[in-house]
Amino acid sequence: MDQEKAEAYWKENITFIGILLAVWAFVSYGMAIILYPVLIGVTMPLTQLSVPFWFAQQGSMFTFVILIIVYAVQMDKIDKKYDVHE
Amino acid sequence: MDAQFWTYLFVGLSFAGYLYIGYMNRVRDTKGFYVAGQGVPAIANGAATAADWMSAASFISMAGLISFMGFDGAIYLMGWTGGYVLLALLLAPYLRKFNKYTVPDFVGERYYSQTARLVAAICAIFVSFTYVAGQMRGVGIVFSRFLGLTIVQGVIVGMVIVAFFAILGGMKGITWTQVAQYCVLIFAYLLPAIFLAGRVTGIPLPQAALSFTDVVPRLHQLQLDLGLPAYATSNRDLIDVFAITLSLMVGTAGLPHVIVRFYTVPTVRAARYSAFWALFFIALLYTTAPALAAFAKLNLIEQLGRENAVEMVKPGGELAWASTWAETGLLGYHDKNGNGKFEFGPGDAFIKKDFDNPNPDSVNEVYIDRDIIVLSTPEVGGLPAPIVGIVVAGGLAAALSTAAGLLLVISSSFAHDIYYHMINPQASEETRVMAGRIAIGGAIVVAGYFGINPPGFVAEVVAFAFGLAAASFFPIIILGIFDKRMNDKGAIAGMIVGIVFTSIMIIGMRSVQLMGTDEALIGPFFGISAQGIGSIGMLLNFAIAFGVSRSTDEPPDHIQEMVENVRIPRGATATQSAH
Repeated sequence: MDQEKAEAYWKENITFIGILLAVWAFVSYGMAIILYPVLIGVTMPLTQLSVPFWFAQQGSMFTFVILIIVYAVQMDKIDKKYDVHE
Repeated sequence: MDAQFWTYLFVGLSFAGYLYIGYMNRVRDTKGFYVAGQGVPAIANGAATAADWMSAASFISMAGLISFMGFDGAIYLMGWTGGYVLLALLLAPYLRKFNKYTVPDFVGERYYSQTARLVAAICAIFVSFTYVAGQMRGVGIVFSRFLGLTIVQGVIVGMVIVAFFAILGGMKGITWTQVAQYCVLIFAYLLPAIFLAGRVTGIPLPQAALSFTDVVPRLHQLQLDLGLPAYATSNRDLIDVFAITLSLMVGTAGLPHVIVRFYTVPTVRAARYSAFWALFFIALLYTTAPALAAFAKLNLIEQLGRENAVEMVKPGGELAWASTWAETGLLGYHDKNGNGKFEFGPGDAFIKKDFDNPNPDSVNEVYIDRDIIVLSTPEVGGLPAPIVGIVVAGGLAAALSTAAGLLLVISSSFAHDIYYHMINPQASEETRVMAGRIAIGGAIVVAGYFGINPPGFVAEVVAFAFGLAAASFFPIIILGIFDKRMNDKGAIAGMIVGIVFTSIMIIGMRSVQLMGTDEALIGPFFGISAQGIGSIGMLLNFAIAFGVSRSTDEPPDHIQEMVENVRIPRGATATQSAH
C-alpha cells in the first residue's frame, strides 16, 4: 500500500485511541481519584453510593469493557475503509 | 456424605477433566508448543486469558482484601482491569502482527540487540518465578485446609497435574485447560455470590445489589460506630492511590504471561476481540468481588453481634457454621465482656492469633482471616455443604491455570530466547521442542520447591513483579510500536534505568521485610509507597529512552520498515508460514 494511505490510516487510528484513552483515564483516575475531594459527598443517581465509590468499584470496570468492544468494532470499519483488513 | 467427600469429588472430577484436555491437545512442533499453532478462537483465548490472569489471590483473597480496605480496594479493582484497555489498544494487535513467540523476541528484534533480548528474558523469568511460587503455595494451602493433605503433598499433586498438560501440550494444552479452568472458577465464584446477595439484600444480582441497596452506607456507619476504619471513603493518600492504580494497570499490560496469550490467535482482528472477551470474563468476577466483600462483611458483623450469639454458634445452633470455621483457624471469637454477643472492634482480638489467648488490651472480640470472605459464602449464603467443594475446585483452577501460563513464559525464555537464539541457533525443530519440554519440567520443579519452602517475603515480591513489568516491558514495547525513531541505545538505557530505580526503591522501602532492618531504608517517595513506585520507574524509562534515542543514531531502515508493517493488520496470517 502507498505511504500516504498508510500514514492516514495510522493517524486515524492514533486519534481514535487517544479519544478512548481519555475516557479510560476520566472514569478511573478522574471520577474515582482526582475528583474524589469534590464528589465524595455526591450520590450517584439511582444508586445509594457516592460518585467516586461507584466509579471506583463498579462504573470504571463496566466502562473499560465497553471501551474495548467499541475499539474492536470501530477498527473493523477503519480497516475496511483503508483496505488493510485481513 | 460429608463436605470433604464432596470436595474430593469436585476436585477429582475437575482434575480428571484437565488431564483429559491436556492429553487431547499434545503437540509436536514449536509453533504448537509456544503459540498453540495460532489457532485459538478469540472467545476461547479470552477465557484462557481470564483464567491465566486471575490467580489464587484474585479468587480466594481479593474480596476479603476489599472487605478490609473498603473504598481503597479500588486500587486492585481498577488496577487489575484497567490494564486490559492498554493491552487492547496499545499492545495486543501489534504484537500479534509482529508474529513471533515471546516478549523478549519482540524486544530483541525490534531493537536489533541480543543484549536487549537477554535483559528482557531475565526480567520475564524473574517476574514469572516471583508469581508462580505464590500459586504453588496456594495449591498446597487449599489442599491442606480442605482435603486433609499436608501442604507438601498438595504442592506435589499440583506439580504433577500441571507437568502433565504443560509438558505434553505446551501452549496448546495450557490454553484449552485454561478455558475449562475459567468455566470452573467463574461458576464457583458466581453461584455462592448470587445466593449471598439474595439472602442479604433480596436482589440476586450482586452488582445491582451493591449499587441499589443500602449495604455500603450501613456497613460504613456500622464500622465507624465500632471504631473500625471508614468503608465508603478513602483512608489513604490520594496521590498513593493514583500511583498504585497506575502501577498495577501498566504492570498488568506489561506482564509477559498475559501478553503472549495474544500471540495465539489467528489474526490481528481476533487479538482485538479476544482482549474484549478477556476483560469481559475478568469483569464478571471483578465486579462481583466488591459486592461479595460488602455483603459478607456486613453479614458477619451482624450475625456474630446478635443477642445470645454465644449460644447460637455452638454445634446445632443457628450460627453453627461459625464453629466449623473456627476449627480451620480462619475465624476466632471470644465474648470478653460477657454480654452474650461477639463484637468487632479495633485492634487484635487475640494475642498472636492464639484463640485460647484473648488480648485483654483490645475490645475486639472477633478475628477473621480475609480468605473467609470468599470461602464461607456458600454456607453463609445458606447453600448446602457440597457447594463448598465447588469453591475449593474453583480456587484450585485459578491457581493451576495461572501457574501453567507463568511456567510457559519461563520455559520459552530459557528454551527459545536464551538457548535457541543465543546459544544454539542451529537447533532442529525436534531439539527445540525437547528443550522447551525440559525447561518447563525444570521450572515446575523449581516452582514446587519455592511453593514448599516459600521465601518469607512472597507477599513483598508481588509488588516487585508489577513494578518491574511496569518499569521495564511496558514503555519499550509501546515505544517500539508508536515511536519509529526509537533505537537500541534508547531502549536499553530506558529499560536499565527503569529496572534499577524500581528495584532500589522497592528494596529500600521494604527493607524491613526483605532484609530485616529495623526501619525502612527509604521512606515514601513524595507520598508514593513501594506498590506504586513502578509508575515512577515507568515514567523514568520513557524519559530516558526518549532522550537517549534522540541524541543517537536512527534505527536501520529495515527496522523502520518492520515498525510500519506491524502497524498494518493485513498479512498476519500470510507471514506466518515464513517463520
